[in-house]
Amino acid sequence: MTDWIDIGTLADIPQRGARTVQIGDEKEIAVFRTGDDQVFALVNECPHKKGPLSQGIVHGHSVACPLHNWTIALKTGEAQGADSGCTPTIAVKEEGGRILIARPVAVRVAA
Amino acid sequence: MEFQIGTEPVADGEDILLMPSDDVREHLVVIGNGMAGCRAVEELLARDGTRYRVTIFGAEPYVNYNRIMLSPVLAGEKTFEQIVINDRAWYDDNGIDLIVADPVTAIDRAAKSVTARSGRTVHYDKLLIATGSDPFIIPVPGKDLPGVISFRDMKDVDTMLDAAGKGGDAVVIGGGLLGLEAAHGLTLRGMKVTVIHLMDTLMERQLDEAAGWLLKSALEARGQTILTGANTESIYGDGKVEGVRLKDGTEIPASLVVMAVGIRPSTALARDAGLAVNRGIQVDDHMVTSDADVLAVGECVEHDGNVYGLVAPLWDMCRSLADGLTDRHSGYRGSVTSTKLKVAGLDVFSAGDFSGGEGCEDIVLRDASRGVYKRVVVKDDKVVGAVLYGDTADGGWYFDLLKKGEDVADIRDLLIFGQAFASGGGALDPKAAVAALSDDAEICGCNGVSKGQVFACISAGACSLDAVRAGCKASASCGSCTGLVENLLSVVLGDEVQSGPKTMCKCTSFGHDDVRREIVAQGMRSIPEVMQRLHWSTPDGCSSCRPALNYYLLCALPGDYVDDQQSRFVNERMHANIQKDGTYSVVPRMWGGLTNPRELRAIADVVEKFNAPMVKVTGGQRLDIFGIRKEDLPAVWADLNAAGMVSGHAYGKSLRTVKTCVGSEWCRFGTQDSTGLGVKTERMTWGSWMPHKFKIAVSGCPRNCAEATIKDFGIVCVDSGYELHVGGNGGIHVRATDFLCKVATEQEALDYCAAFTQLYREEARYLERTAPWIERVGVDYVKSRIVEDDAGREALRARFLFSQQFMQDDPWAERAAGQHAELHQPLAPIAIAAE
Repeated sequence: MTDWIDIGTLADIPQRGARTVQIGDEKEIAVFRTGDDQVFALVNECPHKKGPLSQGIVHGHSVACPLHNWTIALKTGEAQGADSGCTPTIAVKEEGGRILIARPVAVRVAA
Repeated sequence: MEFQIGTEPVADGEDILLMPSDDVREHLVVIGNGMAGCRAVEELLARDGTRYRVTIFGAEPYVNYNRIMLSPVLAGEKTFEQIVINDRAWYDDNGIDLIVADPVTAIDRAAKSVTARSGRTVHYDKLLIATGSDPFIIPVPGKDLPGVISFRDMKDVDTMLDAAGKGGDAVVIGGGLLGLEAAHGLTLRGMKVTVIHLMDTLMERQLDEAAGWLLKSALEARGQTILTGANTESIYGDGKVEGVRLKDGTEIPASLVVMAVGIRPSTALARDAGLAVNRGIQVDDHMVTSDADVLAVGECVEHDGNVYGLVAPLWDMCRSLADGLTDRHSGYRGSVTSTKLKVAGLDVFSAGDFSGGEGCEDIVLRDASRGVYKRVVVKDDKVVGAVLYGDTADGGWYFDLLKKGEDVADIRDLLIFGQAFASGGGALDPKAAVAALSDDAEICGCNGVSKGQVFACISAGACSLDAVRAGCKASASCGSCTGLVENLLSVVLGDEVQSGPKTMCKCTSFGHDDVRREIVAQGMRSIPEVMQRLHWSTPDGCSSCRPALNYYLLCALPGDYVDDQQSRFVNERMHANIQKDGTYSVVPRMWGGLTNPRELRAIADVVEKFNAPMVKVTGGQRLDIFGIRKEDLPAVWADLNAAGMVSGHAYGKSLRTVKTCVGSEWCRFGTQDSTGLGVKTERMTWGSWMPHKFKIAVSGCPRNCAEATIKDFGIVCVDSGYELHVGGNGGIHVRATDFLCKVATEQEALDYCAAFTQLYREEARYLERTAPWIERVGVDYVKSRIVEDDAGREALRARFLFSQQFMQDDPWAERAAGQHAELHQPLAPIAIAAE
């Protein structure tokens, strides 16, 4: 059974923005809230040069990396357009206004 | 559901305007705030915007929205805001009085007035009935139970979303387009859906048996249960709906029942008023009813024996109606319709008569593995009907052949393979394809514009996409026909097509200049408003257009516009420069390049306290502290603020630095106090947002130690005054400045600087530095605005100073004081050890 961790509420994340979740000492997960209030979670690193995706501009269901403007699909973590590469995704869901993140996946991608 | 400004529901009975008007124009009262009513008003305004005073009554509490798009809202693909056609501002801008949530309940033709549910009575000179249609409710027991709804308006969608939120089972009665759309949306929202259809195949009015079967299989593969030939006997439940019982005794439990079996013209109001009504309200070719002062349009009318439930005929009717109201003569002649649909994401097309019969021959292509089915019905060598499933690309071509009644004997063998093959094999040149279309072939479905109308518009002088849009509205809505219009332009004009400025980004077909102009002309006040009014193709733009729009609005509405942080690049959101490792560098402002022991100590302390690995003097004579973590930024800013330093904006599309030399105060050659003037210039210009980064320099003599001739604005002091230079940069393409003019006093130098800065702020495109801007518009143009036009210069200067009073707040101070502190902090930590 998946172990879900409560990391906060939808209102904690700005619409078309992101917050980070520290996992262990080294890694960060970026938790995104889109314009239509969907929530996605990715490792906070662009597949290109590890840019902090949490700081990018969120548009539709994508984020533009702040370092070199690669566009990453939030659902799959895959680079869009001519670029290729993929950032690991972490299962996340909203339940009763709380945001829950799949702990085993989070721990695995952070390792 | 949240509503943004302009689309908010209005409280029932809110008194909007019933004051006696001193407006002496004829009063047009419209009953119905839907697609037909508003479209008719739009067409009327396009012909004569001043002739009528307009009042619109709506039964629903909303502004005009696109009812066809309720399915995507239910499916979660669009929000309500995205399906609004005309927002509040449209009504306001056109002087239209909108009365919502107050349905009209009676028409008194003798007194020429209408009365609404709230009791308010309004007199009319002309009355337009656009009441649309009502969902047909089959009269079975239980039809009135709570939980039994239709699928017709926003309220129904809200009810369905509520029910879906609770999960469970839903039954949709009706396997036509509307029912299947409802079923699709409810399935996507997580409900277990059963579709009950009386006939043997789905969508039997649009599809033949084979296509209906393909559709049924595809829907079943998605988890829906489809019962055809199923006759509803009753809806059962104790106090609320619990299920549906069929005539054969089958019971299907459900907490929600959607009745989508059809619609019929809403004619009760007209009937009660004694107007001639048959199946619909009877109208003539100008949409006039049996009363010369009462018109009717849309799904509620019957024209020449026909009642229509599609959008294209409705647009035709609205045009004829507006022509009639403005004394033009182009009567409605009825519409031949085709149906091109996406049902639950599956492409379906049908046109004409495909029922077969005497003398009809079927040409059929089935490709089960591709999920494609095509059937063309030919009679006397003419296409009389077509059904396409899975691949509808050739729908328009078949429809065109059908309407023209063209003889297809020669291409019959290849007819079923589509236009490309039938017209000579291989793929057609798109220009040839569009050239081959008949004059009445529809180009723009949104606005019902035919090829002939686009041609006429081009012949009348339109030689760019924008001009065609302005002239005949083709491609001015959803933009999906933009390619067709461009091909038409090049067919007619060849190389003379003006490509116009490039579009801002792929979200829009408008260029930067158009968007800036429209923002000002239409008084738009927010990014969503711009995207809505200019028909953005994406829900919330992209990382390219959003920062540009944010800047354009900020520039157009100083002090008024609420900045959108999420549309700013990270540097401007974090007020620091992001570096390759994700840390930031911080540059405090040093006015004119001057500093002092206190500031230097504060910088040194910050470097030590936060373990900054590097400090560097920048090209603009400031100190840059590298390697600061996002979490530490507020504390760094607080420490620098405490020493009196503010943000250097070294990260922004904004005024960065004013570089100086020491000038007459220390230098043997200095002619004027360049350092002092630099400080004054920076005090005047700091904090201002720009299309791109902006640098100023003041050199104390022509030796030009501050390198003023490669800056956006450069001042070179000479014995007799100040030489002003513009448009230089030291970027990828080094460009020396153009000489603007020479002035005698420091104050003039400052005034010209302010005016030039504002001209650049107001007219350059986002991310266009002054150098390419000046090369584009010409330095003579800039001189004409700044040097030769004293009043214009003064106005620009005044606008700059006005906007500066809202901009010169230190962003560091706000953040150090705690604003948006959460953006620097992680949401929550997750420990790994416990795993």
